[in-house]
Amino acid sequence: MSAEEWQVVAFTLRVSAFAILLILPPGLAAAWLLARRRWAGKSLVETLITLPLVMPPVATGLLLLKLLGRRGPLGGLLHDRFDLDVIFTWRAVVAAMAVMSFPLLVRGARVAFEGVDPRLEQIARTLGAGETRVLLTITLPLARNGILGGVLLAFARALGEFGATILVAGNIPGRTSTLSLSIYQLVQLGKDDDAFRLLAVAVVIAFAAVWVSERFLARRDAP
Amino acid sequence: MRIGLRHIRLPLHDFILEVDVEITAGRAGIFGPSGAGKTTLLDLVAGLRRAPSASIRLGDRMLTDTARRLTVPARARRIGYVPQDLALFPHLSVRGNLLYGARGGGEAGGRFAFDHVVGLLDLGPLVERGIAGLSGGEKQRVALARALLSAPELLLLDEPLSGLDRPRRDRVLAYLRQVHEELQVPLLYVSHHASEMIALCEEVVVLDRGRVVAQGAPGALLGSAPETARFSPPGTLPLVG
Repeated sequence: MSAEEWQVVAFTLRVSAFAILLILPPGLAAAWLLARRRWAGKSLVETLITLPLVMPPVATGLLLLKLLGRRGPLGGLLHDRFDLDVIFTWRAVVAAMAVMSFPLLVRGARVAFEGVDPRLEQIARTLGAGETRVLLTITLPLARNGILGGVLLAFARALGEFGATILVAGNIPGRTSTLSLSIYQLVQLGKDDDAFRLLAVAVVIAFAAVWVSERFLARRDAP
Repeated sequence: MRIGLRHIRLPLHDFILEVDVEITAGRAGIFGPSGAGKTTLLDLVAGLRRAPSASIRLGDRMLTDTARRLTVPARARRIGYVPQDLALFPHLSVRGNLLYGARGGGEAGGRFAFDHVVGLLDLGPLVERGIAGLSGGEKQRVALARALLSAPELLLLDEPLSGLDRPRRDRVLAYLRQVHEELQVPLLYVSHHASEMIALCEEVVVLDRGRVVAQGAPGALLGSAPETARFSPPGTLPLVG
């Protein structure tokens, strides 16, 4: 593989990991709230979170474009206040990956939280533990395998993200080119051999992520 | 210590839990058939569940008073709870479980010190082991010791002998009597076995379909009762026949 191709692989891994780290805190919070609390508007939030999973990725990309563009509500704010541009930068790649992976992370973590026997948390409270201690010492450790499974699935989804990314980040070599975008471009240019080399790398990474994820999910009930 | 369970009213699936009693004995029991509301009552005492109406007092301490919108959270009640499924933390060792709520003797002057409780319940050889490999009786003792190490002012025991064979039941009963005598912790013991009530308790409250149908000394109330409580036809005592 050429230096440029390795650069694409490294960039894709880096932005995917960054996107997952970014959505981890809100994703865990949302999953916990959905699993453990009853509140008004829960079904609505649940549906909104799931939307990127079922909507055409290009449609999600279009929404992100409107939101994060210089004249968009969030993009305008970032540009005016912090002199930050998002669209057609690596930040747009991260944003697209984050939004598209969020539902998978939340779903995985939610199932993991729901798998923790609430009685254990209750008994921890009778032993003097406050809510934070219960979360850190009982809920999170027992949900750990399920959460890690969800994180890796979300990571695999981020690696393969295409539709939303091409709309908000374009395909700028050396700046926003990910594995998926590069494979698409190489096929367009008739460079099938190069495309298949990147495809092989993508398959290996995705296979490893999903395989490890499945291992964690299988161990979910046996901490 | 006096336990006041007054004006409790909580609609459940197919009946209303309505309890209004004062318990004075140090070893008291709540007896009744499965599904009579016994565990729900313990959950209310422990602060794990709320009722629209309840006034729960432990000695001088008011724990719940819905009329005054007072609810002491479970973590601050100082009530040890050994639930029916024991709820041992599976990701922690025996030591990790025991130390989870340990208050190290504290104000009780070493009564609830780790070594003392571990010795009392013969847990020494088990301390470094994991939870998964323990027998049923060992798990019972770990759950009991974990609750005791939190230096509770009241110990709630929900069917603690279920799943144990006769010799182990007798052994755990002996431990419970010893715990009460040595640590001076009042016990509130839930069961649907008359023999356990008679063997352990000084006072028993009989619960059927959420209502208190009798209260008194277990020997007098349950002496001629069948071993296992069962649902009664409406309007009759649960123990007759």
